[in-house]
Amino acid sequence: MALDGVFREHRARVLATLVGFLGDIELAEDAAQEAFAIAAERWPRDGEPDNPVGWLISTARNRAIDHIRRQRVLAEKTKLLAREFTVESEATVYESATFPDERLELIFTCCHPALALEAQVALTLRTLGGLSTEEIALAFLVPTETMSKRLTRAKHKIRDARIPFAVPPGHQLPDRLAAVLAVVYLVFNHGWGGGRVDLATEAIRLGRALAELMPDEGEVLALLALMLLHDARKDARIRDGEIVLLDDQDRGLWNDQQISEGRELLKQAVTRGETGPYAVQGAIADLHLQQPRDWQQIAALYNTLSIQTGSPVVELNRAIAVAELGGPEAGLAILDGLELDHYRYFHSARAELLRRAGRDDDARRAYLRALELAQTDAERRSLNDQLSQLSSG
Amino acid sequence: MQYALLAYGSQRTHAGPVEGAMADVLARPYVTGWARLHADGSATTVRNGDGRTLLTDGPFIETKEYLAGVIVVEADNLDAALAIASELQDTRTSGAIEVRPILEALFHGA
Repeated sequence: MALDGVFREHRARVLATLVGFLGDIELAEDAAQEAFAIAAERWPRDGEPDNPVGWLISTARNRAIDHIRRQRVLAEKTKLLAREFTVESEATVYESATFPDERLELIFTCCHPALALEAQVALTLRTLGGLSTEEIALAFLVPTETMSKRLTRAKHKIRDARIPFAVPPGHQLPDRLAAVLAVVYLVFNHGWGGGRVDLATEAIRLGRALAELMPDEGEVLALLALMLLHDARKDARIRDGEIVLLDDQDRGLWNDQQISEGRELLKQAVTRGETGPYAVQGAIADLHLQQPRDWQQIAALYNTLSIQTGSPVVELNRAIAVAELGGPEAGLAILDGLELDHYRYFHSARAELLRRAGRDDDARRAYLRALELAQTDAERRSLNDQLSQLSSG
Repeated sequence: MQYALLAYGSQRTHAGPVEGAMADVLARPYVTGWARLHADGSATTVRNGDGRTLLTDGPFIETKEYLAGVIVVEADNLDAALAIASELQDTRTSGAIEVRPILEALFHGA
């Protein structure tokens, strides 16, 4: 069992180096799999090597070269590869081999804008997160076969169109890094929705890896801070299967260590002059953790974020903060201008403000619309609960 | 590695000679070949059916924007090919360019 942990820890690093070497994720995955199988057999018997990553990479690389040699009919590129590396593979030096960490190159490949966003997400979870195809399919509620096809297609496109395995040059870096962070944050947010695979934890793991690899990028630190601050409330957010609203949460269940780590990261990001959307969202998440909540500042930060992103969902959140400051009608005035009919939280937030404004009939209709759009049983129970209070009151 | 840039444009595209910025890009050393195509109306599509060749007047796929040109470029990777495509697209007023890696190619003449 301990070996599983070791493999999980090393998998992304081993895979990254192999992808860089082979230019083919499928081939790299197969080779890594073989190396792990050999290790599982030998390590318990002979002991773990001093440099397990080097051992795994060397072993996998040799397997891949063997595999390429055995294949007779292959594309020109791969034939060249086999010829180039023939000599090197004869003598194998496992222990002394050290390889640079190429996980960053791999994540930029997986999050390349030439791939569809859903493919970027799946590939990142597969290669860097080490999730199985079944787990990813489960998390995104699609059949395993669909997810498998999506992954295969993306891997083939990377190989055939030669999507570069590299950290983008300076002028491209901001855009490309934004794409990587968007994928990680999408994974995190999907994790909030529930489901059996803990995607929030997975996103934080990816965020930590990025922060380790790009310690000077403020936006990377800010995203990790944001995720940690949200996730710190995980245990308090659900009680007996029911959603607990922030003000009713048992603060004793909040993860204080995660909160202080998040705050420290946020401070580092801001010290670097970072004022991008993740830093602003991190600051808002931090303000939400304080009691009493500073709605003035929260509303101001949502306003900043709204200008940065142009997102109606941000306006929805601003409306909630404004309602706390200036009453429900002030919040509703903002909501009336938003086109978010498909968004379940729009209707639940609107229902709440309508209730506070004493417009019970309108509130009831909004709750019913939110119920239609609810995605989990816990959400439905929570909404029904609020609806019934309305009817009796 | 070679990439084909498939340039799509509208029917209204003027059919005069290539000049200016676009001609400059097409003259770059990494452009290994290019062809401008006559508009959709000139196309004839050949297919097999009932053991004989069937001809239809018009393109295989009817689209609002038609395939106006094919440019073959040499590039190290997709990013380099995309950079050439966007350089070329910048010289056009509309349309779009699809970038595809070439599996195998042979060009004579030109």
